[in-house]
Amino acid sequence: MSVRVQEADFDLSTEIKAFRAGRPEIGAVAAFVGLVRDVNVGSAVSGLTLEHYPAMTQKALEGIVAQATQRWEIFDALVIHRVGHLQPMDQIVLVAVASAHRSEAFQACEFIMDYLKTQAPFWKQEQTPGGARWVDAKASDDVAATRWEKPF
Amino acid sequence: MSVTILYFARLRETLGLAQEKIELPAHAASVAGLLDHLRARGEEWHTALAPTQSYRVAVNQDMADITTPVQDGDEVAIFPPVTGG
Repeated sequence: MSVRVQEADFDLSTEIKAFRAGRPEIGAVAAFVGLVRDVNVGSAVSGLTLEHYPAMTQKALEGIVAQATQRWEIFDALVIHRVGHLQPMDQIVLVAVASAHRSEAFQACEFIMDYLKTQAPFWKQEQTPGGARWVDAKASDDVAATRWEKPF
Repeated sequence: MSVTILYFARLRETLGLAQEKIELPAHAASVAGLLDHLRARGEEWHTALAPTQSYRVAVNQDMADITTPVQDGDEVAIFPPVTGG
């Protein structure tokens, strides 16, 4: 399990290559990359600043990955989340999950993203033509996280 | 007892404070007690930390609820619902 919070950008190919190096048991890697959009809630966005709670962020992300590891048969998971100032089209987050078969990797990847969205202490502030504004949490993200509480 | 409190994002800006160390009376040794203690500071605090407002509390870097105990030396963080990812 690897969790990194950093200002620097990441390269998807490099990360995935290192993530699965020397692991012939891996048959599937599902990866999600979140990006900065240039529009949100009806307003142009010229950039955003990601704030976090350093003492808690790593712990929260590791806890989420640990839950995914208990729930699905996966070999490994990688989470990289950027902080600081970002611009439209920049990468924000990478979640990659390795397993023997695709289903576990897809599900665990989505679970980690859903929980990250609702439980990891990050906050976005957007720069818009009307000034800086804090992004409000979305009810749809809470609903997305809640679905994992149901048995399947 | 002595407790460190951290405020983040919009809440930090509203309250004009990022971090403080306070003396919390022994009878207020829970998240609910701490919030009552802070709300008593005045209108701004009362409004920002009203139960109807949307915010979260963590004690020692773990998500907490109003029943979570607060002990001497604890780090309590109060922040808006998270928006990462």
